[in-house]
Amino acid sequence: MNMRKLALSDEILLTVEKPARYIGGEINMTRKDLSEIDIRFCMCFPDVYEIGMSHLGIQILYDMFNRREDTYCERVYSPWVDLDRIMRERGIPLFALESQDPIRDFDFLGITLQYEMCYTNILQILELSQIPLKASDRRREDPIVIGGGPCAYNPEPIADFFDIFYIGEGETVYDDLLDAYKAWKPTGKSRQEFLKMAARIPGLYVPQFYEVAYQEDGTIASFSPKVPEAPERVEKQVERDMSDTFYPEKPLVPYIKVTQDRVVLEIQRGCIRGCRFCQAGMLYRPIRARGLSFLKQRAKVMLESTGHDEISLSSLSSSDYEELPELVYWLIEEYRDKGVNISLPSLRIDAFALDVMSKVQDVRKSSLTFAPEAGSQRMRDVINKGLTEEVILKGARDAFIGGWNRVKLYFMLGLPGETEEDIQEIAVLSDKIAREYYEAVPKEKRQGKVNIVTSTSIFVPKPFTPFQWAPMVSKEYAGEKRMFLLDKIKSQRNGKCIKYNCHDGDVSELEGVFARGDRRLCDVILQAYRDGCIYDAWSEHFRYDLWEKAFRDHGLEMDFYIKRERGEEEIFPWDFIDIGVTKNFLLQEYRRSKEGLVTPNCRERCSGCGAARFQCGECVK
Amino acid sequence: MKARLKFSKVGSMRFIGHLDVMRYFQKAFRRAGIAVSYSQGFSPHQIMSFASPLGIGLSSDGEYLDIALEDGEDVSRIVERINAQMNEEIWVRDFTVLEEESKTSMAVLAACDYLIGVKPEKESFLLDEARRRQAVERFCRQDKIMILKKSKRSERMMDIREYIYVVTDSLQDFQEFTGVDYGTPSLEEEVLPALYMQLTAGSVVNIKPELVLEALFAQEGEDFRWTDYQVHRLEMYGDIGMKKGEVHTRTSEDVCQLMPLWQYGEKGKMDE
Repeated sequence: MNMRKLALSDEILLTVEKPARYIGGEINMTRKDLSEIDIRFCMCFPDVYEIGMSHLGIQILYDMFNRREDTYCERVYSPWVDLDRIMRERGIPLFALESQDPIRDFDFLGITLQYEMCYTNILQILELSQIPLKASDRRREDPIVIGGGPCAYNPEPIADFFDIFYIGEGETVYDDLLDAYKAWKPTGKSRQEFLKMAARIPGLYVPQFYEVAYQEDGTIASFSPKVPEAPERVEKQVERDMSDTFYPEKPLVPYIKVTQDRVVLEIQRGCIRGCRFCQAGMLYRPIRARGLSFLKQRAKVMLESTGHDEISLSSLSSSDYEELPELVYWLIEEYRDKGVNISLPSLRIDAFALDVMSKVQDVRKSSLTFAPEAGSQRMRDVINKGLTEEVILKGARDAFIGGWNRVKLYFMLGLPGETEEDIQEIAVLSDKIAREYYEAVPKEKRQGKVNIVTSTSIFVPKPFTPFQWAPMVSKEYAGEKRMFLLDKIKSQRNGKCIKYNCHDGDVSELEGVFARGDRRLCDVILQAYRDGCIYDAWSEHFRYDLWEKAFRDHGLEMDFYIKRERGEEEIFPWDFIDIGVTKNFLLQEYRRSKEGLVTPNCRERCSGCGAARFQCGECVK
Repeated sequence: MKARLKFSKVGSMRFIGHLDVMRYFQKAFRRAGIAVSYSQGFSPHQIMSFASPLGIGLSSDGEYLDIALEDGEDVSRIVERINAQMNEEIWVRDFTVLEEESKTSMAVLAACDYLIGVKPEKESFLLDEARRRQAVERFCRQDKIMILKKSKRSERMMDIREYIYVVTDSLQDFQEFTGVDYGTPSLEEEVLPALYMQLTAGSVVNIKPELVLEALFAQEGEDFRWTDYQVHRLEMYGDIGMKKGEVHTRTSEDVCQLMPLWQYGEKGKMDE
C-alpha cells in the first residue's frame, strides 16, 4: 500500500479543527518526481484553506506552472490559529500541501494579494516558513518571495516583505522569470544579481531597487530607481487573447466544503462600465471576452474531470458578455438533466435574467440581487453607475410577477460628496421596491410578505480609480449615518419588510489606509503582527486597539492616508505603475464626478482612457 | 437498482469526515460516469447512505455505502470504473446488487469488528504480550463493565458488558469466533496490532471501541491516550433475526445471528 507521508503527526492532526486543510492529496492534485524538477514554486493564498481553495487565479497559475516539465508548483494556505500556535510552540516549519516539504526549501514562494486585510497573514506565512520577514535580510538560499494580484497595484505598504511584485496578469511573463532563475541558479551569483535580471522583465517590480523621499507634510517628494536595471515605470502585463491562453482543464477538487465548491468559468476579463469607485473596472481594462467554443469546451471538460455538480460563470458584469444567452441556454440544455446547477452571479435583472433564473433555480427559495450602490440618481451619476431607478423597479416588478419575493440590495455609505438626502434615498428606494411587490402581485397570488435585505458597506477609495484623490469618511461619520439610515428605513411604509445590514467601520478604515498607503506602513504592519494581529479579515480576530498602538508607536496617523482630499499634483505611492489607463483620464473622471456628469461605457463610446495601448479586446473591435 | 459498496479508507483519508467522504463518492461517481439515481426537486442529490459513519482518525477495510443506480446501468466492471477515480488511500473492495425490498445497511447494522493497533514509537502496556493477555482475560471475566456514556444532551453510566461480543489479542481466535477471514488489514505503517473486538453497533445501541479501551485501561490503572492507538474497522454485520428497535446479544433470549453486510446481496447468495 502506498500511503502519502504527512508533515504533521496524527496527534496534531487529531487535535486541530478540520485536519483536511493540511493534508493535500485532493482530486487532480499534480504529482511530480522531484528528481526531474529544477524549480520548486509554492503558491500561497494568505487566508484559511476554504477561502484560498476557492480562488480561480491560483487554479489558473497552478495549471500553468505545472505544464512546465522543469517546474513543480505546490500550494500553501494560512494555518488556522489552532495549528499556528502548535507550529510555533514546536518549531514545525510550514510546508506545502503536495509534497508536505518545508517551504523554506523551495525556489519561489508566490503570494496572491486579494485584499488588504490579509497583510499580517503574509508575515505569518513567512515566519512559520522560517524565511526572514524582510527581503533585505534574505540569503541566497531563501526562496524568492513574489506577490501578485489586485493589491500588488499598490504594493508599497508591504514592499519590504517582497523580493518581487508581479504587476499584471499571471499568464504573461512568468516563463521569462523562471527561465531567468534557471539561468542564474547554477552560476553562484548573488541574490541581488538575480533580482536585477528580474527587474529587467516587463511587469516585474523589485521594491528594494527604488528609493522614496518624502516632503515635510508626509507626501512623496520623489520616487526613483537606484539601479540601472530598474525601470522608472513598471507596465502592467495583459493577456491579449483570452481564448488562446492557460485555463485549467482539471481543476483541484477539495475534500472539505470550501466557499466556492464548483466549476468556475471565467467568461471574460475586464469591464466596460467605468464605475468610478471600482478598482477592478480600471485595472483589468480593456474588457476581453473568451470565445463561446472555448468556454463550452472548458465547461464540459472541467465538469467531467471534477465531478462537480455546479458551474458558476465568473466576470465583473456577466450581462455584458455578448454571447451570454447562447452560452447559458447551451449549459441548461446540456446539463439540466444531469444534476448540474448553473449559477450566474453579477447578472443584471432583466427579462433574459429572469427567464434563465426561473430555469436554473427554485424561485421560492432564491433571491434577486441588485447593486444600485447609491440611493439617489444624483449619487449614481456621481459614481457613474449606469443603473436607473426605472430599470431597478421594472426588474423587481417583473421578478415579483414571476414568483420571487426576496430581494437583496447593496449600497455604499460615504461616497464622495454624499448628503443626508442621498442616504435617505436608500431607504426610499428599498421601500419603493417593496411597494412594487404589493402593487404587482394580487393578494391571492402572494407567497407571504416581501422580504428585502438592504446592505451598506463603507466606501473605501482605491488606487487607480477616479476617486483615488477623494477623502474617506470617518468611522464616526459612518456610525452616525448608519443609525440615520436605520431610522429612515424603519419609518418607511414597508419598514417591517426591510432588514438592514452594515459593515464594521474599524476594518474599513484600516483597509482604506493600506489601499492608498506608502512604504512607511511596512514597519507598522510588522509591529502589529508582532503584537499579535493576524486574520484581520476575520472579525473575531481583528484587534483595532493593537493597530492603533502600532500607528502611534511609529508616529504615523491613519487620518493622513484616508481623510485628506489629495492634491491634483500629489505623487502617489503607486504612480510608478502604468496600468494603461492614464492618471489624466482618472483625474478628468474625478472632475466629471464632481459635476455629476456621466461618462458612457466602452461600448457606447471610447473615452480614451489609455487602455487602447494594449491593442486588444473591446479597444480593437 | 439498489447496490452496496464495501470500501477501505486509510492513510491521510482518515482525516476526512464522513460527510466529506460522501461528497467524495458523489464526485467520483460523476467522474466515472456511473448512473446513480437522483432525488427529485430543484437541487437533486444522489441517493446514497452509509452503514455507519467512521470517526475522524479511524481507518477501515470494512466501510459500506448503499446507492441506487439507474435501471440498465452496466455493473460488470463497476469496481474498476469507480477505483479509477479514487486515490490510493480510499478504494472499493466489493460491489453487490441488492434486492429491491432490501433495507439499507444503516437499518440492518448490528455489530462491527475492530482491530486496535499501537502507533509507532508509542509506549503502551498492550505491547507487553503477557500483560496484554492477562488484562484481556481479566476484562472478559467481569460481570459488569461500567462506562460513562456521553451524548450531546446527557451523561450516564452504562453497563456495556453484554454488548462486547468478543475481545481478544489473537487474530486466530478472533477469526474463529467471527468466521471471517480478514486477509491483511490495511494498517498504517509500523502500527502494531494488539487487540481485536466485536461490538454491538447500530441505531439502538452503538458501542464505540474507544469506550471499551477506556474501560480496559481503567481496569489496568493505565491512562488511555487515544491518539496513541489506531482503531481500524474490519467488518460490519447485520442481524438476520433482528426486528426494528431490538438488540440481540450473545446472552439475550434471541441470540444474535450476524451476517456480514456484503452477504445481503446477490453476490452473497451465489457464494452460498
